[in-house]
Amino acid sequence: MTEQVKVLTSRWGDNRAHELDRFSKLDGYASLDAAFAKVPEDLVQLIKDSGLRGRGGAGFPTGMKWGFLAKGTGKPTYLVVNADESEPGTFKDMELLERDPHALVEGVIVSAYAIGCRTAFIYLRGECGWPGRRLQAAIDAAYDRGLLGRDIKGSGFDLDLVLHRGAGAYICGEETALLSSLEGQRGQPKLRPPFPAVEGLYRAPTTVNNVETIATVPWIIRKGVDWFRSMGSEKSPGPKLFSVSGDVNNPGNFEFPLGVPAREVIMGAAGGMLDGKALKAWTPGGSSTPMLTGDHLDTPMDFEGIQAAGSLLGTAAVMVLSEDVCVVRACLNFTEFYAHESCGKCTPCREGTDWMRKILGRLETGQGRPDDMDILADICDSIFGRSFCALGDGATSPIVSALKFFRDEFNEHVSGGGCPFPGARVTVAAH
Amino acid sequence: MPDKPTTVKITIDGQELEVLPGTLVIRAAEQLGTIVPRFCDHRLLAPLGACRQCLVEVAGQRKPLTACTTTVTDGMVVKTQVTSEVARAGQQGNLELLLINHPLDCPMCDKGGECPLQDQTMAHGPGETRFVETKRHYEKPVKISETVLLDRERCVLCARCTRFSSEVAGDPFIELFERGALEQVAIYEDEPYESHFSGNVVQICPVGALTSPSYRFQARPFDLSSADGVCNHCAAGCNLRIDARRGLVTRQLARDNDDVNEAWNCDRGRYGFAYAQSPERVLTPQLSEDGKLRTASWSEALRRAADGIRAAKAKGVGVLVGGHLTDQDAYALQKLARVAFGSNNVDARTWPEAEADAAAVAQVAGRGPEDGMPTYRDLETAKAVVVVDLDPHEESPILWLRLRKAAQRRGVPVVAVGSRPGRLAEFATVVATLPGGQAEALRRLGRAEDDAGRLLREAANAGGSGGEATAPGVVILAGWRGAATGGLAAAARLASSLGARFAWVPRRAGDRGALDVGARPGLLPGGRPVGDAAARGELAQAWGADPPEAPGLDGPAMVSAAAAGELGVLVLAGVDLVRDHGPRELAEQALERAFVVAVDHQVNDTTGRADVLLPGAVYAETEGTFTDWEGRVQASHPAVPVGGAAQAVWELADQLAARLGVDLAIPTLSQVAAETERFRRRPEGGSGGALPAPPAPATRPEPEPAAAQDEQGDSGLALITYPLLLDGASMLARAADLNRETPGAFVELHPEDAGRLGLHDGATAEVDFGEDRTARLPVRVAPTVAPGCAFVPANQPDLALGALLGPSPALRVTVTAVEEAAA
Amino acid sequence: MPLSDQTLTRAEELIARYPQPRSALLPILFLLQAEDGYVSPAGVAQAAQLLGLTKAEVGAVATFYTMFRRRPVGKYLISVCKTLPCQLRGSREIAAAVAERLEVPLGGTDAGGMVTVEEVECLAACDGAPVVQVNTENYERLTTEEALALLEALLRDEVPPPTFAADGSVTEPSTAGLHWRLAGLGDPPAAFAGTAPTQPPGGQDPEAAHKAPQDQGPAPEQGDGR
Repeated sequence: MTEQVKVLTSRWGDNRAHELDRFSKLDGYASLDAAFAKVPEDLVQLIKDSGLRGRGGAGFPTGMKWGFLAKGTGKPTYLVVNADESEPGTFKDMELLERDPHALVEGVIVSAYAIGCRTAFIYLRGECGWPGRRLQAAIDAAYDRGLLGRDIKGSGFDLDLVLHRGAGAYICGEETALLSSLEGQRGQPKLRPPFPAVEGLYRAPTTVNNVETIATVPWIIRKGVDWFRSMGSEKSPGPKLFSVSGDVNNPGNFEFPLGVPAREVIMGAAGGMLDGKALKAWTPGGSSTPMLTGDHLDTPMDFEGIQAAGSLLGTAAVMVLSEDVCVVRACLNFTEFYAHESCGKCTPCREGTDWMRKILGRLETGQGRPDDMDILADICDSIFGRSFCALGDGATSPIVSALKFFRDEFNEHVSGGGCPFPGARVTVAAH
Repeated sequence: MPDKPTTVKITIDGQELEVLPGTLVIRAAEQLGTIVPRFCDHRLLAPLGACRQCLVEVAGQRKPLTACTTTVTDGMVVKTQVTSEVARAGQQGNLELLLINHPLDCPMCDKGGECPLQDQTMAHGPGETRFVETKRHYEKPVKISETVLLDRERCVLCARCTRFSSEVAGDPFIELFERGALEQVAIYEDEPYESHFSGNVVQICPVGALTSPSYRFQARPFDLSSADGVCNHCAAGCNLRIDARRGLVTRQLARDNDDVNEAWNCDRGRYGFAYAQSPERVLTPQLSEDGKLRTASWSEALRRAADGIRAAKAKGVGVLVGGHLTDQDAYALQKLARVAFGSNNVDARTWPEAEADAAAVAQVAGRGPEDGMPTYRDLETAKAVVVVDLDPHEESPILWLRLRKAAQRRGVPVVAVGSRPGRLAEFATVVATLPGGQAEALRRLGRAEDDAGRLLREAANAGGSGGEATAPGVVILAGWRGAATGGLAAAARLASSLGARFAWVPRRAGDRGALDVGARPGLLPGGRPVGDAAARGELAQAWGADPPEAPGLDGPAMVSAAAAGELGVLVLAGVDLVRDHGPRELAEQALERAFVVAVDHQVNDTTGRADVLLPGAVYAETEGTFTDWEGRVQASHPAVPVGGAAQAVWELADQLAARLGVDLAIPTLSQVAAETERFRRRPEGGSGGALPAPPAPATRPEPEPAAAQDEQGDSGLALITYPLLLDGASMLARAADLNRETPGAFVELHPEDAGRLGLHDGATAEVDFGEDRTARLPVRVAPTVAPGCAFVPANQPDLALGALLGPSPALRVTVTAVEEAAA
Repeated sequence: MPLSDQTLTRAEELIARYPQPRSALLPILFLLQAEDGYVSPAGVAQAAQLLGLTKAEVGAVATFYTMFRRRPVGKYLISVCKTLPCQLRGSREIAAAVAERLEVPLGGTDAGGMVTVEEVECLAACDGAPVVQVNTENYERLTTEEALALLEALLRDEVPPPTFAADGSVTEPSTAGLHWRLAGLGDPPAAFAGTAPTQPPGGQDPEAAHKAPQDQGPAPEQGDGR
């Protein structure tokens, strides 16, 4: 059995942890002195040594990302926190902000110090009210207490932190789209190179890091690389938040060392299958990661393990589908999401998601054709690896994996003239 | 440090080639003649990678890459659709997605026959669609401006149009709205796509989504016969493709020439051709009889012309050369004046030019890019550019585009000196002056006392140094409007003191050529002074007649002399005396008193009063060259037959001389062209060096800047007037779409003055030009006009200011608010 | 123009907050929406003027993001998550029931301008499925009946406490106030605040008490269905 750990969640049980005084008593802002005692380059090296990988989905090594920041450009360096959590099934960052907002502010301060940033931004979804209030209050309190602004704690380090609200666009979780949006543009991804580390926000060197990533940094500074590496695996060290939702008895966020077997997350922490139903499929990292099945429950949930099983760890958002969920409807639901959230910039994603949405809708309503499955596969081929950004790739994940594991169920939709799950709990929108 | 490699080696479809580092794969493939299919890519727009059509296989990459966004690396091995199944499959899959929502209306689509999407589909597309759902439907076409219609169903969302508008033209009035499958090109409700460059988006649209009303449903590409033209509107020298159907020009496209217009042109140049097709076009010779014109034969008309000239020439003959003639026409006219009439009374200027200013302009006469004239390309590599008394967005739009590119993409500092820099202000440092104050402002710049001046001094010192020996330091572009007030002379002096390259940017397409070939009272062809005996001797040898030695009258002086009864004959070639040589009373008197032979394509207030009106061939009907502001000579070829009995101006000059018993020896195009070229360049040859020493400071005092008068208690404003791009020009007749975008007269004031006068944007004001001449005009408030000035466009359909005031009025006007109720 | 002189000063404050003015576009659109209830043509014109953009540039941005509304929004905005975990727990039935009760299609606003109902994509609270929001505050794990009861309260201009009221979650008492807050200008002024919410159960959460605007009576509503 893998024990749950209490790192990022350590203060979640205290319903006053969002207050600065309380937070401070719980070792909050303790990393500042430790950080300011070091030269910034050493902090970047520390994060490199820790092996911390980005928690926003792609798993890119954080220290390396910071190391790419262009130096001596004569322009400011920006830290932008990606709090645009929108991947279906993912709800870790919002709960962190609700329960422990100062943890992010603390992370921003030490991370900004490490990379030489004087103005940092948090790009937070517009749709989430409570996390927004909590975070703004935390920022205000930090300013009042001299933890933000000029000469923080006598260190000579200045930092301004701006909370910027998104306005409804999943694509803004993609870092170049996020930066476009923060610049007041349509949130469409931009070409890389130039990478944000060279030309990001306002064409200045910029790093975009996820909330959980930044909130993890103070822990590494305080407790060190060895402590951090005592959790997880060599390539995927540290603790990680897992969001579990869907057909389980106890949905919620659970913190485990990376590498925890999926079975312990789903059947253990999340309380097992709702109403004792059989598990049909689950996503390891949100709707953009290929579905796995009950056969994969012993897969270790880290970047390498999930990849070896044919999927991706993504945001570690585990959505659990039981036997009575129509997989075509599930695909339709996800595809409606991608068609709605496609930014429209590139042909494959814009046209492909919309076409797939239409085909899946036909299958569900008895208008399916025998060659629809081949067409779906072909469309996925035309999108995967060819769309401008990863949103298109993600849109193919549910369909490709569903066709792989449940093609018979698709066929039944054609041969049976419609959905064989009359009582399915996912419904079809009117198109 | 080792030098960076100057080229990288790559292999495309098994062929090795060397290209410059930074080259995109799609461009490298073009060098081999392989066109990777593309929709969003355009060589002059920043890479986007949106349409995803240009997928190629790159060795070592697990997925196909877009050739339009992939930069070559040394040793890269690329396989395009020519050799790669992966690339082919990728392109085919993408094409299927592009087609699912594309309507099958090719048979009635204007783009059919020249459509990249159609071509791709025919070559590589699926034979049948697998898309059984309903296609997107939109209301169509949407009129996004008077000149552009949008059919959203055909759009492939490549964003070429929106990127052109924001990146190149700086007119972001069309944008992508919405997102996902509903994304679409749009304007904002009540804000039309008003841009001088809107026609370019129609041209670069890779499908039939953007069309122009004037060409819509008019022709099929395979019905068109094409000729290479050079725009005859302004002096920018844009290369055009003229497309004609059944003997009528049907449309014009910008023709690629990276030295000049790159791939763009302005809407006036693109759409301003229909005047030649007017039912009122003069197609036969006309004679004045009982105050009316009647049709005559060529022989009768020429006889009458010759008789009239003989009878009146004792009092002198004047030849006025229009601004839109070919170099050959202008050459023939000056030869007519000098050889047949024995007079230097020949000029293409409608405006008065002070002696020092004329001398400054004379310096550039007969020089081309090979003789040290600055070029479009130089603007991008210059260390700084100074623009004097020129509003290029209105007066030379393609020059404005290149200046914008230089400033915004290459970081070239631009300094605009003048009273109305217009949209130069978007990227230039503006040195605002009152009319007449330019010379002083330029002298101040030369003293390097302020930031702009120091910047120029540093730029001048940096130019030509180090490894960039050919890069110009400072380039100075002087417009035609400083001509009467020492502005041109001061600009030339500044150029000399900075070692800068200096160019004169006239307004009209024929102006520079006319200068070069001697359509000036003091200049023979090639900038040879009439007072130079050696130069006269050189020409006498070729002409078989001595050019007259005495300097002639300039344009305005000829008109005044004719009005005073001191000039017996006026030969007008494409000149509207009443409109351009006002005031009207003066011009009408000149037409009344002199014997007038006019060559034109239309009857107007001037030619209607001619004694003999000869039909002139127009652009697209004739062969000839135009010389742009750089001194670059470019040939324009005919696309349609000459209308009616019309003839080219040079032919008429030759025939008229013959009737007078003089042989100009230019009976054929090849002869007139050869002679024009023989004397076009300066006799000292193209040294490529700096211009000669600047003229000495003017011996007479330069006019006081208008500001001085203000201190004497005059509460008025200094009038600035010149024609905007879209105006009441006869060359815009019947260009109905453009006419609807023509703004009409207005008075533009600086916010300070507007505030002082109690005027706001959109108010109505009474403008008093003095001597009982007033106009009631809508007010525009803009910071791009200098404080203390009032701008009124010169030649709007509802107010021909030239006819009211004369060509270059140095006037002060008073502007008073009109009560709203009264307005 | 939609923004009063007073609010205009706040817009300029937003512009000054960013290294480049255009970054203030989304906040300013929220501010305009607080005034007009939607991004109105006059609002687009004003945003363009403030930032030196064309209206097309502003419109292109405004139509990209789902939270910028094309029509005036009700005083209360009910957003029902439609993504899989919520659908598995009946969110679509909730959305349909609310729309039916309001006699409007999804996205519509009742005749009185009180409530707008819409379906939205994942709200990042999937453990609380089905997730319903009122003015972006979560009401989790509701049955259809409970959702309808919530709706009835809103129609009476009462704001029941959100799920985590005890932990400090507070529902913004009007969309005008919500949009003001989203602009990044902190607590909305009284004119935008709407009526006071009903007290959370127990009413002991200090922050909730602090944040809840005091009883102001019916404030003039900017966001109501005009």
